[in-house]
Amino acid sequence: MKIQDLCSLVGGTVVCGESRLDDNVEYAFASDLMSDVLTVKIQNFILITGLANIQSIRTAEMSDVPFMLLCRNKEVTQEMINIAKENHMLLVRSPYSMFRCSGILYSAGLKPVY
Amino acid sequence: MHLEYNVEGGDFTRAGYASSQIKKTLKQLNVDATVIKRVVVALYEAEVNIVAHAYRGVIYADINGAGIQLRLADEGPGIADVDMAMKRGFSTASREVREMGFGAGMGLPNISENADNFSIDTIVGKGTTLNIEIKF
Repeated sequence: MKIQDLCSLVGGTVVCGESRLDDNVEYAFASDLMSDVLTVKIQNFILITGLANIQSIRTAEMSDVPFMLLCRNKEVTQEMINIAKENHMLLVRSPYSMFRCSGILYSAGLKPVY
Repeated sequence: MHLEYNVEGGDFTRAGYASSQIKKTLKQLNVDATVIKRVVVALYEAEVNIVAHAYRGVIYADINGAGIQLRLADEGPGIADVDMAMKRGFSTASREVREMGFGAGMGLPNISENADNFSIDTIVGKGTTLNIEIKF
């Protein structure tokens, strides 16, 4: 799925990483538990989370996650954006809940990691 | 190559900084991406543990052609029951730590799964030292 299409499906606003909108993603993992994210072995997936803080961005960095979808329009601090930019990550905010985002994207063909 | 980083207990804004720096170094050394991920997942969990549970600590990393040796030595409460701490789902983390997305009792098992060699030395009331080895 093209990231651009993914953004449209969830009514998303790009916070940073616009240059990756043409990239494709095949898998998604939704969690607010960062230790669980760290157990995912594949690398090219989108992290769907309601946890918007430094540690969720750091977890994405450590997991080589290039795309992150923050649900319920959670606030993103400048420090979070700086780390995301440093790691060439795309951050998208959606007004929808994690359940709704996951449901829409699963129905549209995004695959679960497990 | 020898690297050292100080880690402050309770400072969640900085948690992950040392892991990030070591990740950059390993990338520059052209270490295999799968190995880097194992290193940084183990290291990051261990770094977060210092921030979450200890007063302060130091991360020592020694890198050579064969692999990386990590030693994370903290001053803190120590671990009363290491076997219990290694059990998936067991945690003594505070609410603040859980709000950061950790504290679900997965940290030490995650470290163990990613390490080739892993040991814990701990003294209650003094602190804990983790030794993590990952081969390239």
